[in-house]
Amino acid sequence: MATTTALAVEPLPARSRRGPTAVGSFLRVFFRDRQALVGALIIAIAGGAALAAPLISPWDPLTSGAAERLAPVGTPGHLLGTDEQGRDILSRLIWGGRASLLVGILPTVAAGIVALGLGLLAGYVGGLLDHLIMRTLDVFFAFPLVLLAIAIVGVIGPGMQNQMFALAVVLVPYATRVVRTATLSVTPLEFVEGARALGAGRGRLIGRHLMPNVLPPLLVYTSTLVGMMIVASAGLSFLGLGVQPPTPDWGVMVGNGRLVLYRAAHVATIPGIIIVVVALAFNFVGDGLREALDPRARR
Amino acid sequence: MIVYALQRLLGLVPVLFGISVIIFLTMKLIPGDVARALLGPMATDQSLAQLRHALGLDEAIYVQYGKWLWRALHGDLGLSPIVHKPVVELLLPKLGNTLILAGASFFLAVVGGVAVGVLAASRQQSLVDRAVMGASLVVGNMPPFWLGLVLIVFFAIDLRWLPSLGMYSARGPGGFGDLLAHLIMPAVATAAAPGAIIARMTRASVLEILGQDYIKVARSKGLSERAVLGLHVLRVAWPPILTISGLQLGYLLGGAVFTEEVFGWPGLGRQLVSSVIARDVQVVQGAALFIALAFVIVNLVVDLLNLYLDPRSRPA
Repeated sequence: MATTTALAVEPLPARSRRGPTAVGSFLRVFFRDRQALVGALIIAIAGGAALAAPLISPWDPLTSGAAERLAPVGTPGHLLGTDEQGRDILSRLIWGGRASLLVGILPTVAAGIVALGLGLLAGYVGGLLDHLIMRTLDVFFAFPLVLLAIAIVGVIGPGMQNQMFALAVVLVPYATRVVRTATLSVTPLEFVEGARALGAGRGRLIGRHLMPNVLPPLLVYTSTLVGMMIVASAGLSFLGLGVQPPTPDWGVMVGNGRLVLYRAAHVATIPGIIIVVVALAFNFVGDGLREALDPRARR
Repeated sequence: MIVYALQRLLGLVPVLFGISVIIFLTMKLIPGDVARALLGPMATDQSLAQLRHALGLDEAIYVQYGKWLWRALHGDLGLSPIVHKPVVELLLPKLGNTLILAGASFFLAVVGGVAVGVLAASRQQSLVDRAVMGASLVVGNMPPFWLGLVLIVFFAIDLRWLPSLGMYSARGPGGFGDLLAHLIMPAVATAAAPGAIIARMTRASVLEILGQDYIKVARSKGLSERAVLGLHVLRVAWPPILTISGLQLGYLLGGAVFTEEVFGWPGLGRQLVSSVIARDVQVVQGAALFIALAFVIVNLVVDLLNLYLDPRSRPA
């Protein structure tokens, strides 16, 4: 959090020359960072595999083969073995990326968009509106994040859509705080004053001058959140509150594997390893983004 | 300082009010007519109206809220229609069990995290430092439910050292030793991710202090490295570590839901999950209220403790 505030202190000029130089130097810094590169590569592989699932998946993820239940890792034809219903684990991992990545990414993006609106409004308009928005959000900080998501699902019912809605709701207060802090640090600066003196309206000020300075810290913050959300949403699916079987999903796979833990541990452990690796990859990318977008980190 | 503590206490009032409003409103937002659900499809309009009147459902929403709050303040959160027990009676023992697990996990996370962080910082850039920090990054991203299962595979299935389920053995000695044996794995699984974060923060804050001039002075006086760390570094590093540890509490409580489920620990989180699946909204709300209250109180305690330990955080 401290870094995001620090980020906002040194804003980009509103009309930064977003030519090849800005983007180019961003990419240069980002790709020089080996960790970020590895993270981006892992995400590309996982995302690409999920998208290309119909083409590359060796088996159908839902077809069970009664003859070969709980086949161990390395079984010919089933590289990662089969689960309790004889379904190919590798194929389910590939298809499972669709639900798992979607459920991790979409709520974060949705929360980011809502937070952008609320945070800009609270930070720029200030006064009573600011007070009203922030005090309302304060109440949400009184609940631990995952528990609040579970309670929301408890009221609106389990399922993938409700799971995404619940996760988005619990993220909004956190992301809004980041946007508001960034807005507050930019608003009093001279270039905003100057734009206002030149007759820029409220909409233009917010859209053209504040937004470009508020987006980088929000982007950095949400990119590290995605990793956490992938773990959290897998958790909800694991508990049976999110993605519903038989839809393949990494959290659901760990939950199913738990039932045969004593006979074939790999059914539960392998999908968990994928969750850890992908979450880690998003964290690497988030750190890389921070370095590349924070002018002070560029040395 | 007492004034500040009182101010902080007063600041809780609007938050608690907000929590109660949110929890009350969710109860009202659930689709469906309570009276019809209770009386069934054959109920006449007259009997429905009578029941609504008896339940106070025909009153204005703020009157209903006032009455609900009054009862809640007197420890009455209603009856669970699923298990036919008063919600408070159902949840209180579970709260105790969760506090045992959360307390043990928090202790592990702070002690382990700080020890590892100080170790890494005192050997900056060494192999130990890199290995420890790399490991903390991986552990920090581990889903607690998965880590729990992995622990079960190793320590309960392969090695047969520890029990994998419950709080006490069904047949056995019981007592504190039995509880401890059942507590180890869930506590480790719950503590791992927050502990890893505490370790990274501790390392950063110790390194920052090690760069200060007065540490050079202490070293050039000929103090041993151990004395420098113990006397000069840790005393200054404590407040930020405590603040960060406090922030991990919510994370830890969230993780406890999963480990309670995996290890069959009869706590609030497990009750919450099974009530969500059974759609027992009364209990879900009660549990949410309990968790929010516990969280708010613990945060208050951390704040006050910080105030006591760090004179700089006191307002002038």
